[in-house]
Amino acid sequence: MTTSGYATERDTTEGKVFTVTGGDWDTVTGGIDPLSNEKIVVNMGPQHPSTHGVLRLVLELEGETVTEVRPVIGYLHTGIEKNLEYRNWVQGTTFVTRMDYLAPLFNEAGYCFAVEKLLGITDDIPERAQTIRVMFMELNRISSHLVWLATTGMELGAISMMLYGFREREYILDIFEETSGLRMNHAYFRPGGLAQDVPDTALAKIRDFLVYLPKKLKEYEAMLSGQVIWQERTQGVAVLDVTGCLSLGITGPVLRAAGLPWDLRKTMPYAGYEKYEFDVPTAQTADVWGRYLVRLAEIRESLKIVEQCLDRLRPGAVMVKDKKIAWPAQLAIGVDGMGNSLEHVAKIMGQSMESLIHHFKLVTEGFRVPPGQVYVGIEHPRGELGVHAVSDGGTHPYRVHYRDPSFVNLQAIPAMAEGALLADVIAGGASLDPVMGGCDR
Amino acid sequence: MGLEEKLPSGILLTSVEKLSNWARKSSFWGATFGLACCAIEMMAAGGPHYDLGRWGMEVFRASPRQADLMIVAGRVSQKMAPVVRQIYDQMPEPRSVISMGVCASSGGMFNNYAIVQGVDHIVPVDIYLPGCPPRPEMLIDAILKMREKVMAQPLGPTGRKMLEARQARGDVPIVAPGAMPSSYRADKKRRAAWEQAVLEGREEQLRIEDWMQRQPHLRGGA
Amino acid sequence: MSDATNEPGSELNAVPTGANIGSPAEVSPTIHAEHGMFGVQGTGDVSGFGGLVRRRPSTQDTPRPFGGYFDEVHDALEEAYPGFADAIEKVVVDRGELTLHVKPEKIREVCQVMRDDEALRFELCSSVSGVDYLGSDTRRLHVVYHLTSMTYRRVVRLEAAVPVDGRLPSVTSVYPTADWQEREAYDMFGVVFEGHPNLTRILMPDDWEGHPQRKDYPLGGVAVEYKGAEIPPPDKRRVYQ
Repeated sequence: MTTSGYATERDTTEGKVFTVTGGDWDTVTGGIDPLSNEKIVVNMGPQHPSTHGVLRLVLELEGETVTEVRPVIGYLHTGIEKNLEYRNWVQGTTFVTRMDYLAPLFNEAGYCFAVEKLLGITDDIPERAQTIRVMFMELNRISSHLVWLATTGMELGAISMMLYGFREREYILDIFEETSGLRMNHAYFRPGGLAQDVPDTALAKIRDFLVYLPKKLKEYEAMLSGQVIWQERTQGVAVLDVTGCLSLGITGPVLRAAGLPWDLRKTMPYAGYEKYEFDVPTAQTADVWGRYLVRLAEIRESLKIVEQCLDRLRPGAVMVKDKKIAWPAQLAIGVDGMGNSLEHVAKIMGQSMESLIHHFKLVTEGFRVPPGQVYVGIEHPRGELGVHAVSDGGTHPYRVHYRDPSFVNLQAIPAMAEGALLADVIAGGASLDPVMGGCDR
Repeated sequence: MGLEEKLPSGILLTSVEKLSNWARKSSFWGATFGLACCAIEMMAAGGPHYDLGRWGMEVFRASPRQADLMIVAGRVSQKMAPVVRQIYDQMPEPRSVISMGVCASSGGMFNNYAIVQGVDHIVPVDIYLPGCPPRPEMLIDAILKMREKVMAQPLGPTGRKMLEARQARGDVPIVAPGAMPSSYRADKKRRAAWEQAVLEGREEQLRIEDWMQRQPHLRGGA
Repeated sequence: MSDATNEPGSELNAVPTGANIGSPAEVSPTIHAEHGMFGVQGTGDVSGFGGLVRRRPSTQDTPRPFGGYFDEVHDALEEAYPGFADAIEKVVVDRGELTLHVKPEKIREVCQVMRDDEALRFELCSSVSGVDYLGSDTRRLHVVYHLTSMTYRRVVRLEAAVPVDGRLPSVTSVYPTADWQEREAYDMFGVVFEGHPNLTRILMPDDWEGHPQRKDYPLGGVAVEYKGAEIPPPDKRRVYQ
C-alpha cells in the first residue's frame, strides 16, 4: 500500500488510519488482519441480571470467545473496617456481620475468635456457647450453599431451583430469627460467648429441619444431577486445577473440587471442630460440576455436624465468667416486645450501686484489650476467612482487616474464563459464589 | 347528562388519569437492582414463602428500559452512585423509586467516607422503607403503599396543578404516615378495629398488640 | 489458628505481653503516648480524666526458645536464606503467633525462600494487609503478610514497615494471589508495591483522593439530626480512648 497516489496508512494512538482516495478498497482491506479487528469490548455490570451482585466484568470478545476478562470491584465498598475503629469491641460484631451478608455468622465468629485470642480467653468460652456457635455456623453454611444453588440455578436457566433454594432457606432463617431476633445480620456471637441462649422451640425446629432437608436434597439431585442441560453447562466448564487454585489463593469448595481436601475445620481446627465427626468432600473434576457436587455433599456433612451439636448440647452458661467482659444482663423479650431484663434492672436500680456503675462502664466504655495483633482463619462457606485484628490496648479496635474469600477467589475469573465461551463466564463466576458485600467490605 | 343511560351494560366510566394510574399500579415492573443485604430480602420476597407474585409483582426486569419501579436495595457507595443515577435515567417515565433499608434511606450505620448518605442525594425517592434489612413483609407493604401513591398521582401538568390545589385544601390523597396497613384493609373486622384505633390515636399500639398476639412464645412472658 | 495456641506447648498460652498495661514504668517513655480519657483538649474538663496518660507498648524481640514450630521455621529460614541476619529486623512471638519483621526491600526474597524451601513450604499467601501505626516512628505504615504452609499446617506473619511515601517490592511474582490484596493495600494506605503488574485503586473510585484507612484520614461522616438534636458523626464524638 505504498503506491503513491493511492491509499496510505499510518499508525496513531487510535489505531490504524487509512486515507482512501477511491477505487482502492482492495488495497485497504487486504492490509488488515480480519481477525484482530473483530474484537469487541463488552461491559457487563455492575448492574446485570447474572453477575452475582454489583460485580463488573470488562470482557474482550472475539465472536463468542472471551479473550480477556477484567473484573472491576469496589461498587459496594462500605468502609466497614474503618468504621470499626470508632466503635468499641462489642459493637464490632454488628458491623462485621454486614460484610458477607449470606454468611453473617461466620463474619461474627471470625471476629469473636480474634478478639478472644487477643484477650487470651479462647479456652474459657463455655462449652455450650462453643457448641451453639458450631451449630449455627453449620446451619449458616447450609443456608449460604442453598442460596448458591438458587442463584446459580437461576443464572444457568434452572429457575425452579431458585424458588426451591429460597424456600428451604426460609426454614433456617426462622431458626435464626427465633434465636437472635433477626433474619439476617444477627450480631448473635459476641466476644466471650453469645448474646443470648437458644430457646427450646428453636432447637425443636432444628430437629425438624434435620429430617426435612435430606428429602429436599434428594429432590434437587433428581432435578439437576441427571439433567442434560445442567450437565452440559457445568461439566468441563471453568476448569481450575490445584496448581492454579494455590497460586491464586483460592480456597473453599473450589479448591476441594480440584481434589485437595483443605478444610480449616479439619486441618487447623478451631471452636472444637476436632471433636466432631464429618468428612471433607472433594471432587476430581475441577470444574463447575465438581463444585456443585462438593457443595451438595457439604450440606449433608453440615447436617451431620448439626445433629452431633444437638446431642452434645448441655445446659450451662453461654458467656464467659469474667464479668469484666461479659455483658451484665441476659436480655429477654418482655411482654412489651422490647429486649429487657427486669430482674437486672431491679438489681442495678434498687440494690447495688456498684453493679450500676459496672454496667454503665461496660456499656459506655467497653472493655480494654491488651495490645498486640492476631490472625484467625476459619472455614467460611466460600473458603478461608481470615481476621487480622490489631489492638493498641484501648477500648476500640485499632485495625481489623478481613481476608474475605470472595475477594481473593474473584481473582480466578480471568483464569477460568479466558479462552472459553461467553456463556461460560457466567457459570464460572457463579461457581466461585462471590458475595460482593464480603468482597468490597 | 344521560350518557350513562345510552351506554350498553358492562361499561364503566372513569377518568383517563384514574385508568392510567390503575393500569400502572396493577403491573409494577421492578428493576432488579440488588446492592447488598436488602437485595437478598428482596429476592426472598419474590420467593415462594412471601411470593410477590400474589400482587403480580414477581416480574423483575433486568433492563431498566422495561422497568418503572426501582427498588434501591442496599447501601450505595460513592463508586456506585453514578451507576444508580444512570439506571434511573434509563427508566421510562412515569417511574417510582423505593429506597429499601436504612442504608439507602439515610446511610444508616455506615456514616462514613464510602457511603452516600441517603440515595435521595442522587435520585428522587417516593417511599423510604426502614429496617436493616427490612423483612419481606415490609417490602411488600411498601410496594402496596406505593400503589396507593400511584393511584393519587396526577397525569400531566394540569393534573399536577389540580393536585396542588387539593393539597392546599387539605384533602390530600397521598399516603399519610401511619396509614392503614394493607393487612388491615383486607379484613373487614380488622379494618374496623384500625379505624377505631385511629379515632383513639393508638394505631401503633394496635399493631404491636396484634403482633404480640400472634407470637405464641411471648404470651405470658417474663 | 487456635490449634497453634493449643498444641505446641502450653507456655504459649501464658499471659500475652502487655496484658498488664497501665503502669508507666513498664514502657519506655520514647513511645507515643496519648493524653486524656476522651481525647478532648482545651475544654473545661473537670472530671480528672484529663490528666490520664496512656502509652502504647512496643513489641520487643522475643528471646529464644520461641516454642512450638517457631524455632524450626526460624532456623530453616536462617539456613535457606543467606541474607537472613540482614533482612530480619525482629522476631516476635505473641499469643501463639510468630511474626518476622522483615526489611521492606527484602520482602520479595524472603517470600521466595518461604515458598520454595523444602523445610518451609509456605505455599499459600493467605492475606496481605496494612496497618497504620500513626505516631510510632517514621516508618509508620506496616504491610502485613500472612503465609500458610499447607504441607506442615503452619502460619507465619511477615511484617514490613515503610514510611508514608515508602515503596517495597511486590510479591506478586511469588504469590499471584497477592495481586488484588496489594492493590487494596495501595488503595487504602498508599503503599507503593514496585513491580506490581497493575497497581491501581481497587475499592475506591479511580479519581479518589487520599487513602481512607490511614489514621489521619477522617472517617468522613455527617452530622445527623434526630428529633431536633444534632448528633455528630462517630469520629467527632467524645469517646473513651
